[in-house]
Amino acid sequence: MAVVALPRRANPGSGGLVGVGVATLWLSVVVLLPLAAVLVKSIGSWDAITAPAARYALLLTVGISAVVALINVVTGTLIAWVLVRDEFPGKALVNAIVDIPFALPTIVASIVLLSLYGPRSPIGLDLYATKPALVLALLFVTLPFVIRSVQPVLMEVDREAEEAAASLGAGGWTIFRRVILPALYPALLGGAGLAFARALGEFGSVVLIGGGIPRDTEVASQYIAKQIEIDRPGSAAAVSVALLAISFLVLFVLRRFSK
Amino acid sequence: MRLALRTAALGYLGVLVLVPLAMILFRTFEDGFVAFVESVTTPAAISAISLSLTIVAIVVPLNVVFGLVTALALARREFPGKGILQAVVDLPFAVSPVIVGVALILFWGNDGWLGGAVPVIFSLPGMVLATVFVTLPFVVREVEPVLREIGTDQEEAAATLGASRWQTFWRITLPAIRVGVAYGVVLTVARSLGEFGALTVVAGGVAGESQTLTLLVHARYIDDHNTFGAYAASTVLMGLALVTLVLMTLLERRRKA
Repeated sequence: MAVVALPRRANPGSGGLVGVGVATLWLSVVVLLPLAAVLVKSIGSWDAITAPAARYALLLTVGISAVVALINVVTGTLIAWVLVRDEFPGKALVNAIVDIPFALPTIVASIVLLSLYGPRSPIGLDLYATKPALVLALLFVTLPFVIRSVQPVLMEVDREAEEAAASLGAGGWTIFRRVILPALYPALLGGAGLAFARALGEFGSVVLIGGGIPRDTEVASQYIAKQIEIDRPGSAAAVSVALLAISFLVLFVLRRFSK
Repeated sequence: MRLALRTAALGYLGVLVLVPLAMILFRTFEDGFVAFVESVTTPAAISAISLSLTIVAIVVPLNVVFGLVTALALARREFPGKGILQAVVDLPFAVSPVIVGVALILFWGNDGWLGGAVPVIFSLPGMVLATVFVTLPFVVREVEPVLREIGTDQEEAAATLGASRWQTFWRITLPAIRVGVAYGVVLTVARSLGEFGALTVVAGGVAGESQTLTLLVHARYIDDHNTFGAYAASTVLMGLALVTLVLMTLLERRRKA
């Protein structure tokens, strides 16, 4: 369809302004003012994030999220590669399976993983309340990010450059490392960044299988929920703001690099 | 080499996604279909399912109406602070669901900014607000690019021919964006049914009263030690997720066509 840019109407009319007003009001009441309340509440409770359990939870969350993002870079590239370059029966089904973690409620993800890797594990592998369980749960919910950002780029990669490299005697691994990988960097960074940001705030998938043991497997979101439960809203707000600041930093850096 | 890569990729997906999913289905139905049905039709389960559906029934129209207004404002108007509004629309994607719950308590709660003037927390309005927060970007982000793509020529032609603003919207704009709206609605429904983190903080989680399907799964597993019941309720949620996935695939095809 041909899209012709017409000059914007000089007078948008009052109807348009009402729309802008309604949208602004809606976003303010639903999103902005409640978040502002968190920010304001955190002022004066800042020492709360230096509490040992809070500091541990924040560091653990960042560390585990980084590990999860890195694993996703490797496995995501691998799966995207197989989905783009390989042909086998049932490929369309495998492609659909990749989306399952996005469609599945996070609490179901927790239960699903527990059924295989929990106390009643049929394969005798009980990861309940361990750090590997946290990694596993976060790998599950972040599975699609890297795959879905690398896949389209891989489809567009110039095959001629690979063939040229091959005719010059480069092996499969060299071609991948020198020709394909550089083209994938932005997509890898973008996907990993999104996975990292998602892992930072994740709660539902971790809550059952992680166990939430303070200073061991308790992630930041669990710590925050507990502070609300024991009626320490100031402390919850402070840790929330710290976590939000990290997420925003990641997303901001991501935007900078992807441009 | 090719075979090794394929095996590794499929193995990873199997271990992480497929085998655990199969396992939970097996656990749900190992005592037969009747046991499953009985477990998901207890009074608490029925009330959880109806609460989840009630929330969806309120959140979807809210998100469609305000999502369309917001998308139209962002795609069609120039106004000061537009960049800020764009960023605010994406905020819910970057905020942990638990923090959403904290934010709602600090704003609407008894000790919050509104001093509890509007009874929201621990009741249906609070659960609706939490769900609206986490699903807010979907309709806007699906519709806004379509609005930009279709441009304004047809709308302006209609206006020139004497159509009112309302007529133009119903006859020209809405038909053009309906697939985008539908996609946004499917995403909203899926996310609404699955929301857990924000609701844990905001909802009381009282069985038969303020317990959604996801909260029921958690309560059955943790509080009641009813593992089978948790699996059964999870299977219901998985079925709903599957429906979502199928609808998304169908809409994706229509969008490409």
